[in-house]
Amino acid sequence: MTRKTSPFAWAWLLLAGFYLLLPLIATLVFSLQADIRQGIPISFSAYANVIGSNDFASHLAFSFGAAILTIIITTLLLVPTAYWVQLKMPFLLPVLEFMTLLPIVIPVVVLVFGLITIYNRTFLTNSSQGVYWLMIGSYVVITFPYSYRPIAAALHAINVKTLTEASQSLGAGWLRILLAVIFPNIWVGVLNGAFITFAIVMGEFTVSSILGLPSFSVLMYNANLNQVYEPAALAIVSFGITWISIALLQIIGRRRSATVDVGVH
Amino acid sequence: MAQTATIRNLDTSADSNSLFARLVRMRPTWLTWNWLGVLPFFLFIALFQLYPAWSIAVGALTDDSHHLVLDNMLKLGSELNRTSYWNTIQISLITTASGGILGFLLAWAITVGRLPAWVRSSVLSFCGVAANFAGIPLALAFFSAIGRVGVITQVLKSIGIFIYPGFSLSSFFGICIAYTYFQIPFLVLIMTPALDGLREEWREAADNLGATQAQYWRLVAMPILLPSLLSSLALLFANAFGAYATAYALVGGGVGENLVISIAVRAQFSNDSLTNPHLGYAMAFGMVIMVAITVFIYTWSRQRAERWRNSS
Repeated sequence: MTRKTSPFAWAWLLLAGFYLLLPLIATLVFSLQADIRQGIPISFSAYANVIGSNDFASHLAFSFGAAILTIIITTLLLVPTAYWVQLKMPFLLPVLEFMTLLPIVIPVVVLVFGLITIYNRTFLTNSSQGVYWLMIGSYVVITFPYSYRPIAAALHAINVKTLTEASQSLGAGWLRILLAVIFPNIWVGVLNGAFITFAIVMGEFTVSSILGLPSFSVLMYNANLNQVYEPAALAIVSFGITWISIALLQIIGRRRSATVDVGVH
Repeated sequence: MAQTATIRNLDTSADSNSLFARLVRMRPTWLTWNWLGVLPFFLFIALFQLYPAWSIAVGALTDDSHHLVLDNMLKLGSELNRTSYWNTIQISLITTASGGILGFLLAWAITVGRLPAWVRSSVLSFCGVAANFAGIPLALAFFSAIGRVGVITQVLKSIGIFIYPGFSLSSFFGICIAYTYFQIPFLVLIMTPALDGLREEWREAADNLGATQAQYWRLVAMPILLPSLLSSLALLFANAFGAYATAYALVGGGVGENLVISIAVRAQFSNDSLTNPHLGYAMAFGMVIMVAITVFIYTWSRQRAERWRNSS
């Protein structure tokens, strides 16, 4: 039996839709009003100013590089470990799960100050190189709750033991098994985690601002202090980046079961 | 299988009576070479997660002479901390309620309310993006909308409604409005599967037994949804409680110290002329405890929700 759409349903959709869409529409409109005083109702000069500035390219590249590096390190850490634990030490699976969920309990501000305190006056806080790696390390930790589960689920869905034994009997070494057998079977899970990691790192502010590093969010924050229309243009660009990474995630997710992924703030 | 093979290799490679071979044989049974495989991960976790968390806890619970004390935690009750903690708890509760209600109505509309499939999939896709659209850009979006020169502010002004100077985004209320934005999609994403789990047969059975709409919700649907709802609300609370970037962009460091605990923690640590650094640790540790309690509620009610899903 199929019932008709409730009239309330449209009302609630409208209500929540207003709340969710209005700020975005307003931001878009505002970002196009840069020349309204000159009588031009729609202008892209805020976008032109934003994209034309040197800071835009450097901050965007900084966050992009950090996101890619975070994804690479996360993959190198998690894939072999999750594979090894599933194969040889399944009793560690709950520990692994707990450790990768723990970052949810530790607010980012607290994590950063813990790190700064314990590594005070070491390479990690004394040099710009060190501070950068401190940031990357924090990013890897912060995104664990979102990167680990898709990888674990993908590993769980394939028969790790049989695949390993088959490869071993054909003479493959551990590296070859991981790269040529396991990874091709779980890359959807890895990509799934990678897109959400990308979205989180591209919008991350807390770590980079406390450590004084030039991330994309820091650029947006600074723009808001002394510009009028440019911050709105930056917010639209940022929304576009989030939208693209989540859209890619959802396209890939559709190939598997639909999973719910939510980010950190 | 592989473990015993490795040990046999060791035994033959060394003299079977050598100290090393004896140590290998004396080891507890769980200690195998397999641990080497998980060493990099656990080393990383120890350096970047456990050690910093541990140092915060130790700093909060000891004094300068490394004695175990509760003084620092008790000092959290001092005036400033009480206001920032209390304000953050209020903000989290209010936005959990506001985001929870709006999110639940939206989730209801696309599931039980039977909106067309294309609406449902667009709402879910949009929520996936909106849940990750937080922090600085979210604050900027609200400035563009209802800031002093924002678009909506201007539109309202043109029809004779002046929200300024009475209103400010850089206030308790402003933070609540912005946080509600990212709470709504969170709730939709978590509650939609639970609402999908409500079976048509249960409703029909209730109808046949003469139950009213209200009775069906109170006696059938709500008890089933309650664990999922409770777990999502706990997550929303933790989400708002630990948030930093959105509030920092809205109110800045100064006023923020009194309104948002994460900003107060940052101020404590950034300030070099601290009289008592342990107070900073205590504030940070207090945050961890608060979030840990909510996550515990989340996990506990999640398990109860799973029980329903498995039995249905």
